Amino acid sequence: MTNPLSNISLGVVDSFGISLLGFAIVFMVLIVLLVVIRILRSAVESFEASKAAPAAAAAVPAPAAALTAAKDPNMVPAKGSLGDIKLHDVDDKTAALLMAIVADEMQAPLNELRFLSIREKK
Amino acid sequence: MDIGNIISKLAQESGFANLFLHWETPVMIIIACVLLYLAIVKKFEPLLLVGIAFGMLLSNLPFNGMMNMELFQGDPKTIDYMRILHEGGLLDILYLGVKLGIYPCLIFMGVGAMTDFGPMLSRPSSMILGAAAQLGVYCAFMLALGLGFNTNEAASIGIIGGADGPTAIFLTAKLAPHLLGPIAIAAYSYMALIPLIQPPIMRALTTEKERKTIMNQDLPVSKSTKIIFPIAVTIFIVLVLPSVAPLIGCLMLGNLFKECMVTDRLSDTAQNALMNIVTIFLALTVGATSVGHLQGPDGTNIGFLSLGTVKIIVLGLFAFSFSTVGGLIFGKIMYRLTGGKVNPLIGSAGVSAVPMAARVSQVEGQRANPSNFLLMHAMGPNVAGVIGSAVAAGFLLAVFG
Repeated sequence: MTNPLSNISLGVVDSFGISLLGFAIVFMVLIVLLVVIRILRSAVESFEASKAAPAAAAAVPAPAAALTAAKDPNMVPAKGSLGDIKLHDVDDKTAALLMAIVADEMQAPLNELRFLSIREKK
Repeated sequence: MDIGNIISKLAQESGFANLFLHWETPVMIIIACVLLYLAIVKKFEPLLLVGIAFGMLLSNLPFNGMMNMELFQGDPKTIDYMRILHEGGLLDILYLGVKLGIYPCLIFMGVGAMTDFGPMLSRPSSMILGAAAQLGVYCAFMLALGLGFNTNEAASIGIIGGADGPTAIFLTAKLAPHLLGPIAIAAYSYMALIPLIQPPIMRALTTEKERKTIMNQDLPVSKSTKIIFPIAVTIFIVLVLPSVAPLIGCLMLGNLFKECMVTDRLSDTAQNALMNIVTIFLALTVGATSVGHLQGPDGTNIGFLSLGTVKIIVLGLFAFSFSTVGGLIFGKIMYRLTGGKVNPLIGSAGVSAVPMAARVSQVEGQRANPSNFLLMHAMGPNVAGVIGSAVAAGFLLAVFG
């Protein structure tokens, strides 16, 4: 079947109408594609996040707790053993420094030591 | 044996005797040499222009029989392909790849394998700029109709504004194959001249404050999104515009090769070996269609050296300029809508011409503000422009094909 618009001359009004339609279609297709991309991204991200959450929970227990659990699965970690150290008049930096020095002096890895509180003696 | 007769016959059949049979022949040889000079010395798109200019040279040297354009004349649906295979020269046979729309699609596969759609996926709003920068396609289409071209010719001329060589060749080979030479040369020449064409328009349409805008870093895109994207785009666009399936299908297949991480060898082949081989065939045969003197059915010259070619060259510049204007206008709209978070200079990169147009945005942005880095932001509209020009071509093919 011959295309009636093929190889013919067009008037100003018709050519303007076809141009407008063509430009609108390009916009429409790319805007729908924009929406598709947004949906695709959010779907992929939420899927990956839901997949990563349980894996992260299973994979990152506190080292000290993991070690204790490995030794005795029935043992409940003592309060403060998961990094809840009480600091009395000591800033974080000094506390970290002190813990590192203690671990070095005791020749024991830091994650095998449990610090309950650090207090500055005045 | 009459030696004199033999020498006389040889002289009559030599190219020299027929060099001046039509004045267009020596002129075309000179034009081919000028294009070779521009490609080799001035480095204007040399990977393409050397092949195009040499193809032009070969097809205009008289009586070598490599390219016989008369075999391809007439209604494209009634071309006798068996006759071409029997009687055609080397370039006639290679030209079938253009005529049947094979080379542009294979080039698109290579383009897809080399393209990172990450910047566009990271900022999907850049799709709008890729669409806006197709304005020149339709402006040039209307103007071409006003200048006396028919619908198919006007559509082929308009697509120069998409600034995408393979798309322009694909559409022209289908709609107006007799204009393939001038349209391909106009498209590739203007793409090489983008650093000269765009900056004055960019500076005229934007303020100093707008050009200085620094854009925030885009969000990272996951690998899964990059893998699913080409599949989703293929399904969606091919369902909307089936006529553009060869172009979009090959573009997205190439991109899938790159992103899926299990076809590294195929991705490498599409980016390098296949791309280079097809570029040689495409450039050579497109150049060879530019025959200076070609008699049309009504006896007039429909070859390269006609008033039509001059009109196409002028309309091509018009199309490029208006596409740049379209992208910039929508860039300014996005600047206003986002409260000054989008630099409107990235709009001009929507004209496709990857990555040249994005580089121009970067250079102009840095000229206004040395701490401005727009390249990755401009790559979003730039690759969206590739999809936009393919969609525009699909529309024109569906309406006039």
